[in-house]
Amino acid sequence: MENVTERIGKALQNKFSDAIIKQELIVDFPTFTVKKEEILNVLTFLYDYEDYKFQFMTSLCGVHFPDNAKEEEFCVVYQLHDMVQNQRIRIKVYTSESDIKVPSVTSLFKTANWLERETYDFYGIQFTGHPNLTKILNMEDQPYFPMRKQYQVEDETREDKNDAMFGR
Amino acid sequence: MTSSELEKRRAEVEKQGYSILNLGPTHPATHGIFQNILTMDGDIIMDAVPTVGYIHRAFEKIAERRNYYQITTLTDRLNYCSAPINNIGWQMTVEKLLGIEIPKRAQYMRVIIMELARIADHLVCNSVIGVDTGALSGFLYVFQQREKIYEIYEDICGARLTTNMGRVGGFNTEFPASAWQKIHTFVETFPQIFDEFDSLLSRNRIFMDRTIGAGPISAEKALNYGFTGPNLRAAGVDYDVRVATPYSSYEDFEFEIPVGQNGDTYDRFMVRQEEIRQSFSIIKQAIAKLPDGPVHADVPEVFLPPKEEVYHNMEALIYQFKIIMGESNIPAGEVYHSVEGGNGELGFYLISDGGRAPFRLSFRRPCFIYYQAYTEMIKGAMLSDAVLTLSSLNVIAGELDA
Repeated sequence: MENVTERIGKALQNKFSDAIIKQELIVDFPTFTVKKEEILNVLTFLYDYEDYKFQFMTSLCGVHFPDNAKEEEFCVVYQLHDMVQNQRIRIKVYTSESDIKVPSVTSLFKTANWLERETYDFYGIQFTGHPNLTKILNMEDQPYFPMRKQYQVEDETREDKNDAMFGR
Repeated sequence: MTSSELEKRRAEVEKQGYSILNLGPTHPATHGIFQNILTMDGDIIMDAVPTVGYIHRAFEKIAERRNYYQITTLTDRLNYCSAPINNIGWQMTVEKLLGIEIPKRAQYMRVIIMELARIADHLVCNSVIGVDTGALSGFLYVFQQREKIYEIYEDICGARLTTNMGRVGGFNTEFPASAWQKIHTFVETFPQIFDEFDSLLSRNRIFMDRTIGAGPISAEKALNYGFTGPNLRAAGVDYDVRVATPYSSYEDFEFEIPVGQNGDTYDRFMVRQEEIRQSFSIIKQAIAKLPDGPVHADVPEVFLPPKEEVYHNMEALIYQFKIIMGESNIPAGEVYHSVEGGNGELGFYLISDGGRAPFRLSFRRPCFIYYQAYTEMIKGAMLSDAVLTLSSLNVIAGELDA
């Protein structure tokens, strides 16, 4: 696994040099942190990379780190899979709240379409170039992005749930 | 779609000479809450706009507030046709984070339960395909067998649909004798009944004419859309998590991965039929090879001690208290674990910051991912084929919306 991380890391370094911020092996996942502007190019490169063909997108999700530095507050995690050689990798991009734009990868993976909409719905991450970036699971007129850490599980705007004794 | 958008779309569509039809949200043929706003040219579907989220319950948000053992009950409600697979998948994710090794016997017991769940899941899907083509008798016939499987769950954990089965670290107890008895009876009686069901549909002329060529998808497209599980295998890709990344001792069993060719409704049906046979064979192998030993790992920090010890032993009382209050030591870390669920790769991406609840838990829900392709699959098809495609994809509302 160490070797795989090294190998893919080297190939990415050669191609993108300083766009690759960090490489590490987390449990069984080679993980790379990439500059967000380059994400589509990196995934396109890995799609047809000579050693491993990462042509299957397993998952895409957002994460909110409110305690991180301002420019690393939001994270989008892409997990890719080369089914032939059964190798998985994880790519991460970080973005700030003030400039919350990440290039969409829907042109490469159709899987990403709804997953990016879901991430937008819950974290407010704007995927530039997405064909239809609207809310998917929540109401269309919901004014906030509920998975951000500042929002409690309970809906704070509701007044009918004021139960001091059995409140959750 | 908001009502103003819908009005605009209606005007647009009517100008072209088409009509709009609402399939769902609560149409009996959709077996769940799905809405599709179809643009119809007579009986042909020209376009479809799916709306999802009717039973969205914010599981990922709730999970950020709950202790690890309390999240098992959330996973029940994802694919509620095969809840034990979800439960065990989640428990294995936590075990991976904690680095716990499970005794062989518990692993084999998990395999038995997961394969029973897969049989129940596939039986529902396949018999419902029959119902949607107009053959009700097979459905009623195999639902009896599903009931037998639910009785086994009931003996093991007390619940039927939302099972909350097992614990992080293994099972809470050995299966009771009555459960083993029921498993043995099931193993003896199921094949004949299943063969009868198979003979009702598999080579039935009407059924074949109805399903062959309905809602096809090519292997390339299926991969690009992120299909997994029986729906991907029906398109001809032999990817199965149980074989690619064996978990819970699946490498000890011999079984085949059935694949289809055209990725149409008939292939999906046949792949599931064969998978039921393979699951049945795995259950038989697991029972034959079942080793003796403990049914849970020796991990007092996360596994509840037996009740009698709690009353008489100080340490057990401390552990009981710590676990229930969610004060067990969970290391910080980041893991992804996936199992072969009823509908495909069910994944759990877990980030822990060492707190009592996950920092972030994301479910990879196969239904949500492959339902995107539905619009494309039904374009140009008849309305009745759209219903058939939906049921053969086995889209489960609970997994779709989480």
